[in-house]
Amino acid sequence: MAKRKTNEWPRHGVQALWALLTNSYLIGFVQGKIYKGDLKKLCVPGMNCYSCPGAVGSCPIGSLQAVIGSWNFKFAFYAAGFLVFVGALVGRFVCGWLCPFGLIQDLLHKIPFPKKIQTFRGDKLLRKLKYVILVVFVILLPMFLVDVMGQGAPYFCKLICPVGTLEGGIPLVLMNKSMHSVLGWLYAWKNVLLVATILLPPGGHLLGV
Amino acid sequence: MRRLLASRWTGVAAAVLGLVMMGYGAYRGEVSTVFTKAINICLECIGIG
Repeated sequence: MAKRKTNEWPRHGVQALWALLTNSYLIGFVQGKIYKGDLKKLCVPGMNCYSCPGAVGSCPIGSLQAVIGSWNFKFAFYAAGFLVFVGALVGRFVCGWLCPFGLIQDLLHKIPFPKKIQTFRGDKLLRKLKYVILVVFVILLPMFLVDVMGQGAPYFCKLICPVGTLEGGIPLVLMNKSMHSVLGWLYAWKNVLLVATILLPPGGHLLGV
Repeated sequence: MRRLLASRWTGVAAAVLGLVMMGYGAYRGEVSTVFTKAINICLECIGIG
């Protein structure tokens, strides 16, 4: 019996609508600034960098690191609780239906290509890498690798996250000439990672734990 | 263990736990830390800091 092909466009419509809703500060894209209103006290499900000019909510992964890395907290109950709550309620629904970066990867996957790799040696082992990245870069490094004030940096955002590069790094740097002079190896590295993430099959998400 | 994980009440308990965690985090001031971070351009996030 032939496999029935699912029409994915309704799902993409929901993804696009949610991406627009959570990035509705459109004036930010025009002025090269970010939203500073009270909605940023709330985390949004999915990965959506709070430095995106349009973002009206906070990225839960960035929020986790911000609190863990702060000098006066060592565990992020608010952000972790948000992830537990959303995960308990809807599981990986967020990954497939709400995450803006998931939408981008889904749309990129639709681009025809001579041969798309479905799997490769080491694929199953590599899928465990997301847990290592979560524990090391999101939790341990901000907690323990601190400066003289006891502040840890958001190491996942800083060294790995392609979402911040795509949604924040590229538009903000394009619209703010003052940022051009401070671009360095880190910006280049993050863009390399972004290109790699776009070219590779969609990776796992936090809620897939 | 399998029965515990398969039970629908485990999900309810997890959701309640999540809410309690959020409430506790808000109570001890984590929201203002999140807010302060979110309203300033995160230079680390965009590849500059």
